Amino acid sequence: MSLTLPLLVIIVLSIIGSYLARRRALSVSGGDIRHLASLPKQHGLNAILSTAVPAMLAIIVWLFAARIMEYRGAAPIWVPLGIMALALLGLVLSVMKVSNTFRARTASETWIKGLLIGASTIAIMTTVGIVFSMLFESINFFRQYSWTSFFFSTDWSPNFRGNSDLGILPLLWGTLYISFIALAFAVPTGLFAAIYLSEYATPRIRSIAKPAIEILAGIPTIVYGLFALVTVGPFLRDYFAQPLGFGDSASSVMTAGLVMGIMLIPFVSSLSDDIINAVPQSMRDGSLGLGATKSETIRQVVVPAALPGIVGAILLAASRAIGETMIVVLGAGAAARISLNPFEAMTTVTVKIVSQLTGDTDFASPETLVAFALGLTLFVITLALNVLALYIVRRYREQYE
Amino acid sequence: MEDMYRMDKAMNAQQDTKISARNVNVYYGDKHAIKDVSVEIADKTVTAFIGPSGCGKSTFLRCINRMNDTIDIARVTGNILIDGEDITDPRVDPVQLRAKVGMVFQKPNPFPKSIYDNVAYGPKIHGLARNKSDLDEIVERALRRGAIWDEVKDRLLEPGTGLSGGQQQRLCIARAVATEPEVLLMDEPCSALDPIATAQVEELIDELRQSYSVVIVTHSMQQAARVSQKTAFFHLGNMVEYGVTDKIFTNPEDPRTESYISGRIG
Repeated sequence: MSLTLPLLVIIVLSIIGSYLARRRALSVSGGDIRHLASLPKQHGLNAILSTAVPAMLAIIVWLFAARIMEYRGAAPIWVPLGIMALALLGLVLSVMKVSNTFRARTASETWIKGLLIGASTIAIMTTVGIVFSMLFESINFFRQYSWTSFFFSTDWSPNFRGNSDLGILPLLWGTLYISFIALAFAVPTGLFAAIYLSEYATPRIRSIAKPAIEILAGIPTIVYGLFALVTVGPFLRDYFAQPLGFGDSASSVMTAGLVMGIMLIPFVSSLSDDIINAVPQSMRDGSLGLGATKSETIRQVVVPAALPGIVGAILLAASRAIGETMIVVLGAGAAARISLNPFEAMTTVTVKIVSQLTGDTDFASPETLVAFALGLTLFVITLALNVLALYIVRRYREQYE
Repeated sequence: MEDMYRMDKAMNAQQDTKISARNVNVYYGDKHAIKDVSVEIADKTVTAFIGPSGCGKSTFLRCINRMNDTIDIARVTGNILIDGEDITDPRVDPVQLRAKVGMVFQKPNPFPKSIYDNVAYGPKIHGLARNKSDLDEIVERALRRGAIWDEVKDRLLEPGTGLSGGQQQRLCIARAVATEPEVLLMDEPCSALDPIATAQVEELIDELRQSYSVVIVTHSMQQAARVSQKTAFFHLGNMVEYGVTDKIFTNPEDPRTESYISGRIG
């Protein structure tokens, strides 16, 4: 027996319960609702919630229980019956409770609070679930592969017949190198754009320029990847790498880094702009009143005052850069390599996670499980960056009331 | 006796004019904020601008160091002369002017830097110190003039924002005098302070009069009476009356001044 029927029954019973509770509330009050501790509609709401919520909860519990007990096929007949009985019980109890003194208002508020707590728990539990699933698979991986070679080996050459070298260092190097170039490009550009927008631009220009920059944030990263592949890569190769003798690869750290930098500009500029705007005008007046020029004021008063917030913005951009995949696949190639030459193809952790899990995969070999260890490492790094960013941003908020 | 001496000194000081404004008009967009104001402000004197809110006294004050330039919609006409030089001339660099005409604002606004760096900010920008010991000396002198040296001398490297409101305002005054200005503009410097801090700042203003021409905008008539030698009364963008403080408060000529002083308007 499927669970569709109990679901329908729950809905119907809730509607009936609401109607009965209202009618009973009206009748016990003797026609004057001012004798009631709560309004009829609140009795109705309480009936709906006490009919539906426990029964729905029972459905969810059953779904999980079936999964854990590895029960396959349709639920046995007592499950939907039990659920419907629970709904009916809720209905009867809530309608019986209706009286002149019963505070349905408080009761339904308690139900609603429970629902809200439930919603936030789902979000938190999902995060915990993600961490645990990664953790368990990573533990499986480290049972088969030594953690010292994973963290300290400079070789990455997976081999699906076994005997692979799975060192994270070339991938981490690629990730950090590309992120560094991306930030080296995005931070000054974004920051200067933010300073222009908040300090120099007239309101008219600002109202046009700010959304225009923010459009960059809405472009899908695969489109940036295409841009890197067909435009930036060949351009850098023909005008820089080949003439300067740095090699002749169109896929390079530089290509991916630059395009990723473009993607990050709106993150840096938009956040920094908000933060610079939050610096009180009295700071600027004080500095200008002492005979400082506009650029001295910005350099020595406004930016230092906004610095913690700007650093927070940069760290948020950094965690975006570290987690980026598509631009790297199309812009930097897939060769795991440790090299200082920015015009050489390299790759990142995220790209390798994708390539280890696509195609025919066997979820028992270290070659596939390494993806989870890589993911966990990446997760820890970005989490650390985000925590640092939040900490810095929060400290900044305390500075001005 | 001391009052007599003070009056005497004020009278003598009146002779030499520091700031001379002629037919100054200010417009904020369509709003005519200052209407044809002419005034002569003496050196080594405290001049108070009083009047109800929105009467234009702060706007006029901001003309004297061209702070209105930083507001896009503000337009100023007329001439303001400091030591005979017309500062409204577009060829005058407002940045240099503001080193000569210091300003203290309504709300204490120390920079989020150390106490030392707050005071050293102006001298550094204008290159007043040749070396570190020079700068130390300038900072100490400014903090002494700001009557706050004894309170902060042991914690010069702590942030200026950590001081109390009254201390912050005296720090801002020290910061303003550190660049050796000739004129000190104060825009309601005590409005965010409690009575004790106010008394300290007022005492300081009286000392600063020895070296500077001080112009103070205030909401408090008692304050104007306590600290100033000359008072100008502004009403609806006009300067209604200007004269020796005692006369303005005891025997005003204009009926509008009389109504404001006695609390009937404003």
